[in-house]
Amino acid sequence: MALIELEGVGVERQGRWLIRNVDLQIDRGKIVTLIGPNGAGKSTLAKAALGVMPVSEGRVKRSSGLTVGYVPQKLAIDWTMPLTVERLMSLTGSPKKGEVEEALEMVGIPHLKHSGVQQLSGGEFQRALLARAYLRKPDLLVLDEPVQGVDFSGEIALYELIGRIRDQLNCGILLISHDLHIVMAQTDTVICLNGHVCCRGRPEEVAVSPEFQNLFGTLGAPIGIYRHHHDHSHLPDGRVMRSDGSVHDNCCGCGDEEGEGHSHNHDHDHGHHHNHNQGDRA
Amino acid sequence: MSLFDDFLVRALVAGLGLAITAGPLGCFVIWRRMSYFGDTMAHSALLGVALAFLLDINLMLGVFCVAIIVSLSLIALQSRKAVSTDALLGILSHSALALGLVLVAFMTWVRFDLMGLLFGDILSVSHSDLLLIFGGGAAVLGIIVAMWRPLLAATVNNDLAAAEGLKPETSQLVLMLLMACVIAIAMKIVGILLITAMLIIPAATARWLSATPEGMAAVASIAGMISVSLGLWGSVQFDSPSGPSIVVAALLLFLAAMAAGHIKHGWLAGRK
Repeated sequence: MALIELEGVGVERQGRWLIRNVDLQIDRGKIVTLIGPNGAGKSTLAKAALGVMPVSEGRVKRSSGLTVGYVPQKLAIDWTMPLTVERLMSLTGSPKKGEVEEALEMVGIPHLKHSGVQQLSGGEFQRALLARAYLRKPDLLVLDEPVQGVDFSGEIALYELIGRIRDQLNCGILLISHDLHIVMAQTDTVICLNGHVCCRGRPEEVAVSPEFQNLFGTLGAPIGIYRHHHDHSHLPDGRVMRSDGSVHDNCCGCGDEEGEGHSHNHDHDHGHHHNHNQGDRA
Repeated sequence: MSLFDDFLVRALVAGLGLAITAGPLGCFVIWRRMSYFGDTMAHSALLGVALAFLLDINLMLGVFCVAIIVSLSLIALQSRKAVSTDALLGILSHSALALGLVLVAFMTWVRFDLMGLLFGDILSVSHSDLLLIFGGGAAVLGIIVAMWRPLLAATVNNDLAAAEGLKPETSQLVLMLLMACVIAIAMKIVGILLITAMLIIPAATARWLSATPEGMAAVASIAGMISVSLGLWGSVQFDSPSGPSIVVAALLLFLAAMAAGHIKHGWLAGRK
């Protein structure tokens, strides 16, 4: 039984489709990794799935009584609010005695219990947020770029931690990453998003070479490589090149069918196009 | 003859009642960066007073209603994005004040104590004012305590609160109502122009001295109570206006707490 199921979901704001025609399903015990360039609508999709952002079209089904743990992409705690790590743990729930210590132990920051959250480093803060979400014993964990501001070895450690949390809670996880090629190896489904779903598949293990086995032991690497299987690529000017070499205004063939009066061709000129404009101005 | 027959005792009790209530609410004003929003609501109070006289309703009720209307229209205008929020606040805040002043000047059949309205007249607090201050104050405090978790979660992060089922829109609305309530209560004590000071100065003082949000709320109440006592004492001692004296006392307390905070944690403690 799916924890969350999205069918043909689209979100439109101010005449622009941030995401459109997205299907997504998250099952108990499964990890879905969402990748895509900046502005691809990854956070929008997560918020639509959580019900934080209303959808403009399509259906979102959440199983009843779903407990959610959420680590938002941007969470800046204003320095005007005094908040210790310990107090952060009970922000939206009431953990029982000993549970806070256990959660902090699990993410490896038990010594920071009484520290102010504003004093934590990027990696420590992400771990604290992860501990807070874990404490809720969620059915569904939504992690929006949990490895941001963390170096590569820290990233690997966080992926190991997320894997352990999944094993302990047997929860579904929606993991958002801006890294287009390196994903968590335990991921069950990788979805590449760029306004629409460009492709989906499974990551390939990298732990085949002896060097990697030396690095990570026989357990295998916590990271995997994801090879994209697009039938198109996004050109810098926002247009799309199909695998046969032809250039179109948008992808998935929808441009041909929806040529008249539809706003659909706004769909795909985010990400790359945006970067291109910035480049022009610089 | 009861204790409350002394006007000075009534003034002190009224001030303490306001300080206890304003402390925790003031913390939210600081955390959510709503002090100009609060100022705008407070400035509309004069309009509320004028309308209350016109419609012959209770003064505090009039102030409460106008403050709500102003904040609702602010939220509505904000979503249209024609003017930036700070400009919008400036427009609403000063036009509400000007409109109130004009309306009051036209109502020649009522004698207004304009200075009292603008800067407070705590020494004229009556028995029924005391009842309203404590009734309203208790209601505000009760709601803050009962809704503490959703209010705090929504303040830390709107999306997080929404995702984990704590309805942040309700929190925003409730805070607005509470603010209107405190403005109505505080008008008589410190006056329209100084209400926001009673909300933010004790809370800012508490920031230097607390490690948790709950601690900060409690310390803010205490800092407010000390300011009221000190200010009233100074007002009697030096024959200074009571409302401004209370605010000056609050400022002195803030400076002392800041100095203490710096000595304890170094310059700009808590900031990265």
